[in-house]
Amino acid sequence: MAVDKFPVEGSHIMMFARSVADDNQIYYDADYAKSTEAGGVIAPPTFAQSSAQFDETYFLRPQIGEDWFGSGKEATSIKKKESSGGGGGGGLHAEQHFEYHRHIGPGDVLTAEVKPGKTWEKEGKRSGKLVFSETITEYRDQNGALAITARGVGVRTERPVDQ
Amino acid sequence: MALSASNLKAGDTYTECLVDDLSRTQIVMYAGASGDYNPVHTDERFTKEVAGYPSVFAHGMLTMGMTGRMLTNYVGDGRLTKYGVRFTSQVWPGDTLNSTATVVDVTDGIVNLNVETTNQDGAVVLSGYAAARVD
Repeated sequence: MAVDKFPVEGSHIMMFARSVADDNQIYYDADYAKSTEAGGVIAPPTFAQSSAQFDETYFLRPQIGEDWFGSGKEATSIKKKESSGGGGGGGLHAEQHFEYHRHIGPGDVLTAEVKPGKTWEKEGKRSGKLVFSETITEYRDQNGALAITARGVGVRTERPVDQ
Repeated sequence: MALSASNLKAGDTYTECLVDDLSRTQIVMYAGASGDYNPVHTDERFTKEVAGYPSVFAHGMLTMGMTGRMLTNYVGDGRLTKYGVRFTSQVWPGDTLNSTATVVDVTDGIVNLNVETTNQDGAVVLSGYAAARVD
């Protein structure tokens, strides 16, 4: 997700921490967080992924005034031109890796630059041909310093994964 | 609290229950916070009729996020230097997940960990690694 401006905010960190059922007060209480080694509120380890909120054209968020591929009157509001394989519109997430150069917190304003990585194919027992593609995202802070390097691998399957 | 290198040895483990009976609502909360609104996570009708799965399922990143909670509870806040995973099996509403970090080694003030999260049937849903600064 390429993002020009990802402002890290306390209320977003709070909502994110709730969503992963983490009640660690370092994510909620600035006064408590001040007393910790981190010296203030920091973001949970996987928070950078929520930069999707600041990607204006993120394809897994309904865009105002445009058809959405989820259900409404019908099971999907879009007639697909071609099958995108199992997993709906976005394929499936195969791997995710983070390298932390420093921990981010409220007040940081990040940019995210995406670099394409490798692509490869594999024959899967449960889902037919698998096409993997890697992206590397560099999150830099307001001073241009690298804060987090993320590497994601997505996979498109030929058919839904057998259960 | 951070870990102390002198108290760690290869093979040490730390385990937490990440979630007992995962609710669809928690998956919705994750969608809302993360911004990943792929309907396969929240829209039962789309998921069954279009995507071809028996029900909605959790974001891999929800499992990674909850597993990250286990890690920070173990190694302390702001201590992780690396954390990476593979999503090896889907996670469904109703699942109960347990996650374990196992010490691989401790060198130069860094503990290397193997990380594994399993469901109630013992199936591995996430496997990976983490590294953290220790005192």
